[in-house]
Amino acid sequence: MSKIKLTIDNRQVEVESGTTIYKAARELGIDIPVLCYMDLHDLNIENKPAGCRICVVEVEGRRNLAPSCSTNCEEGMVVKSHSVRVLNARRTVMEFILSDHPKECLTCLKSGHCELQDMAVKLGIREIPGEAIAEMSTYRLDTSPSIVRNLDKCIMCRRCETMCNDIQTVGALSAIHRGFMAVVAPAFEQNLEHSTCTYCGQCVAVCPTGALTEVNHTNEVLRHLADPSKTVVVQTAPAVRAALGEEFGMEPGELVTGKMVSALRSLGFDFVFDTDFAADLTIMEEATELLSRLQNHLEGDGTARLPILTSCCPGWVNFFETNFPELKDVPSTAKSPQQMFGAIAKTYFAEKQNIKREDMIVVSVMPCLAKKYECQREEFSTDGNPDVDISISTRELAAFIRQANIDFKTLPDEEFDNPMGESTGAGVIFGTTGGVIEAAVRTAYELHTGKKLEKVDFEQLRGLEGVREASIDFNGLELRIGIAHGLGNARKLLNDVRDGKSKYHAIEIMACPGGCIGGGGQPFHHGKSEILKARASALYREDQDKPIRKSHENPFIKVLYDEFLGEPNSEKAHKLLHTHYFDKKKRITIKQ
Amino acid sequence: MHLLVCGGTGCRASESAGIEAKLKSELEKRSLDQSVQVISTGCFGFCEKGPIVKVMPDNTFYTQVTPADAETIVAEHVVKGRRVESLIYTDPSSKEKVEESAKMGFYKKQLRIALRNCGFINPENVDEYIARDGYLALGNIITGMKPQEAIEIMKESGLRGRGGAGFPTGLKWDLTARTEADQKYVVCNADEGDPGAFMDRSILEGDPHSVLEAMAICGYCIGSDKGLIYIRAEYPLAIERLKIALSQAREYGLLGNNIMGTEFSFDIELRYGAGAFVCGEETALIHSMEGLRGEPTLKPPFPSESGYNGKPTNVNNVETLANIPVIYLKGAKWFSSIGTEKSKGTKVFALAGKINNVGLIEVPMGTTLREVIFEIGGGIKDGKKFKSVQTGGPSGGCLTEKHLDTPIDFDNLIAAGSMMGSGGMIVMDEDDCMVSMARYYLEFTVEESCGKCAPCRIGNKRLHELLDHICKGNGKLEDLDRLVNMSNVIKDTSLCGLGQSSPNPVLSTINNFKDEYDAHVTDKKCPAGQCRDLMEYFIIEENCVGCTACARVCPVAAITGERKEPHLINPAICIKCGACMEKCKFDAIIIQ
Repeated sequence: MSKIKLTIDNRQVEVESGTTIYKAARELGIDIPVLCYMDLHDLNIENKPAGCRICVVEVEGRRNLAPSCSTNCEEGMVVKSHSVRVLNARRTVMEFILSDHPKECLTCLKSGHCELQDMAVKLGIREIPGEAIAEMSTYRLDTSPSIVRNLDKCIMCRRCETMCNDIQTVGALSAIHRGFMAVVAPAFEQNLEHSTCTYCGQCVAVCPTGALTEVNHTNEVLRHLADPSKTVVVQTAPAVRAALGEEFGMEPGELVTGKMVSALRSLGFDFVFDTDFAADLTIMEEATELLSRLQNHLEGDGTARLPILTSCCPGWVNFFETNFPELKDVPSTAKSPQQMFGAIAKTYFAEKQNIKREDMIVVSVMPCLAKKYECQREEFSTDGNPDVDISISTRELAAFIRQANIDFKTLPDEEFDNPMGESTGAGVIFGTTGGVIEAAVRTAYELHTGKKLEKVDFEQLRGLEGVREASIDFNGLELRIGIAHGLGNARKLLNDVRDGKSKYHAIEIMACPGGCIGGGGQPFHHGKSEILKARASALYREDQDKPIRKSHENPFIKVLYDEFLGEPNSEKAHKLLHTHYFDKKKRITIKQ
Repeated sequence: MHLLVCGGTGCRASESAGIEAKLKSELEKRSLDQSVQVISTGCFGFCEKGPIVKVMPDNTFYTQVTPADAETIVAEHVVKGRRVESLIYTDPSSKEKVEESAKMGFYKKQLRIALRNCGFINPENVDEYIARDGYLALGNIITGMKPQEAIEIMKESGLRGRGGAGFPTGLKWDLTARTEADQKYVVCNADEGDPGAFMDRSILEGDPHSVLEAMAICGYCIGSDKGLIYIRAEYPLAIERLKIALSQAREYGLLGNNIMGTEFSFDIELRYGAGAFVCGEETALIHSMEGLRGEPTLKPPFPSESGYNGKPTNVNNVETLANIPVIYLKGAKWFSSIGTEKSKGTKVFALAGKINNVGLIEVPMGTTLREVIFEIGGGIKDGKKFKSVQTGGPSGGCLTEKHLDTPIDFDNLIAAGSMMGSGGMIVMDEDDCMVSMARYYLEFTVEESCGKCAPCRIGNKRLHELLDHICKGNGKLEDLDRLVNMSNVIKDTSLCGLGQSSPNPVLSTINNFKDEYDAHVTDKKCPAGQCRDLMEYFIIEENCVGCTACARVCPVAAITGERKEPHLINPAICIKCGACMEKCKFDAIIIQ
């Protein structure tokens, strides 16, 4: 790579060729404002349509202003990032954008986290000239089980489109209409529910404004908490504890497990449990299923479907049901930890506590928006009573805590309740890409070989590379493992499986880039991929510190099998902990 | 003897197909069908007086012919050798009959290079094109020239792109030729979108082979074997004739593998556009052909590096291509001897608006606007006063009296605050209001913006709203400053040529007709009497005889008065329909 010298705001800088003006300016500490641009470099995700034109700069010798986010530096270039011409243009363009944006900041769900609001503050916008005669582009509100689309607030940054099409290859969202009415929506402007949407929520995670938000379920939770006839049980997913602190100004990657438990108790939940417990249970079932399929395969059974695919991610389940329905018997039949938890809570635990099913409410706190849809699936209910009643996101929990006047940072650390609060390190790492399969390997190895696994850390399974693979020696049997996070990466592995070319025995797939730590319900990363890395390392840290790090050694799991389920993959386990999948290609309609 | 009947879209719409059929049957009746041929040609350009029938070899030019006239033409002209006087064109200023086209004011100053075969040959017969030295240039080049030699000739000729931007064609070819790739493409941009412009359509309808030949030459020069013509689906006749031309060229071995027995292979495919104006922008056009949304992307990279499917692509406009075969036949020197210093050759213009001779003309670069409007165009309709001419289509500028002696070329038009564009020329007279004219053009760009970048998507809408506000009499003086600032910022920050030029009509009318804007905002008057909200109907007391005709015709009973007494219009009730003024026989009603 050759070096290029240029001048920005009268200061010289030398950069690699191919560097954009925006990045070169950052090297000088010049922070050119960007709005539509987003760079999650650790995940190889970049959105630069050069559409908002906020980042324009003056380049000497050019007729027009240049968007710094996508204009490459050239040798000898002279750039001005804050000349009168630039500042006036930037402000005028911002006024244009605001003139077509509802002035609902006070009541907007995104208020305080809105990048458009921040930009208005940064640019010092105090009025919107011509507002009185400015028509607004308005659209139909669309509410799905997980995501609300209020496109009046869309600024056409196209980040959601990049995530949905380029990264996830879901293709539910793309620009439609043109000119003033141009907006990002499903084809034919149908509802999200009738599109190929998987509810992964990556569109929500990157939306700079309140155009895409989660369906808010906190009021329902509050109503149940206030009802003395209900026993309200809460479970918290592993990735939540690694991110919740960010909502209260704590550093990304700071683990807040104890404070979170304490806050949930203060909110009035009767039992505060850990989804990690159910994650351990998932491993028991999934590892057993893997070993049995493997065994059958090794014995020459042609019907044994390999590779086995993990099934704990609901966005991923929606994806293959819609895109690869012909492979619906390939993934593990094990339910996700959220649903295993609900099934056990409303049977085993309810019986133990002598609580009637209809009097128990199971709430889950998830880093995920697809979980909202998952818990509403018909097959996850008994006589119309769902195993998990309500799923709220990390962000919703944070808002809930704030509303309850809880000073989160000063809370004491508390422990989860038992019996469903005890978990191993294996359950914890479910929250990051590679974690589920690492947890499964720890258990499968010992079950298969009968030997004790000395080194439980499988470094080769970790990292943020989109597709990873590893082979692990299972006493002479080489177990080949594939890992993909992000549905676009999953599609690559799935195509191979469909074409019979896959070389793996087991594949872990997470819909969201980074796994659950980067889920659609997590605190907004605002395009900073360092945050995702910090969350992942927090989970590995918690795993490291756990006294027990293999799921099958969880004493409460042992008791659960002894007292209630019998053994993994038993008939009862199958009834409560396993599911089946549907062909949802036909779900896609052009109805409105 | 040949009877040439115009088969262009305009004349077709006025039953020229019926004329053709009638001529044929009349000839057949008299057993003359073997000695006299009826040929359907491309557009003659003189659309104002269509349908056109031209008799060769005596050059008689019949205008406004109807199918009923066909019998007279055959009986009189063909059989008796007498010209049909009633169908001969009368010069509107001298009132003299002009029998031959070469002597008509409309044709005298024209020099037809791109249109050389339009109105001359049957576009559906490749033999007629070949008889006019068609495919000779291609043959000469592929059998006797190295690609680089041919590119040098193109550079020497000085030909610049006729699509609007005026980029040197030879240089474009050279850049694409120099980019290494396993596949390159030649694209013909036939997405003619300027309202009122139809030169590309006429060329494709009248002389499709010249475009195919030029594309093959380009393919040879840049090292491509694949051509694509992107044509709007609204041009069915052009598409039909292109299809016929393609199959005839293939049949003759002029397209396909090993053209004329050489190593060179080249074939062409048609791609249809849905009529979005922005798809005339080359990157948007390429994305549309790729099956993506027709949206522009930032340049660089230019298509010559990365175009269709990421491969080097040379995009040339129809008119540019039509010039190319002749340049190779007559030489670069011949071509560069025509025109001005920096703009060589000719340019086709579509004359429209308040002008006597509406139609398609081709003149050498450097011809003045005065020559075009008053000599070729025959001056302003109904003896009105010339006010302004809009060149360059909806995103060009309005030029005035003081620009009339400007020699037309790329650079002069830009210097005058307008542009060449694709060659639209709309003439306005004293009755046209320049504020509502600017509003009208903005209406078009608002409609046709793709919506990708904020300044074009929202800014143009705001410009349009403000112009509308002013036309309705609600404008303030400071609004004019806002118009100018918004216009400058939209030009300065927009992503593609559409937004970078869409405010031109606003800026040029403010520059040239400031007093008219002032009148709208300060006096609340429209000097041209066009803005309905600023007009007031008024009865001159002295002229009114009290006949009550106006009161009786008024649909809203706004006029009161006794019989034989002067009447009065109540402006609060008046809806400004103009019915009273039309009815008044005493010129008593005026607009103020």
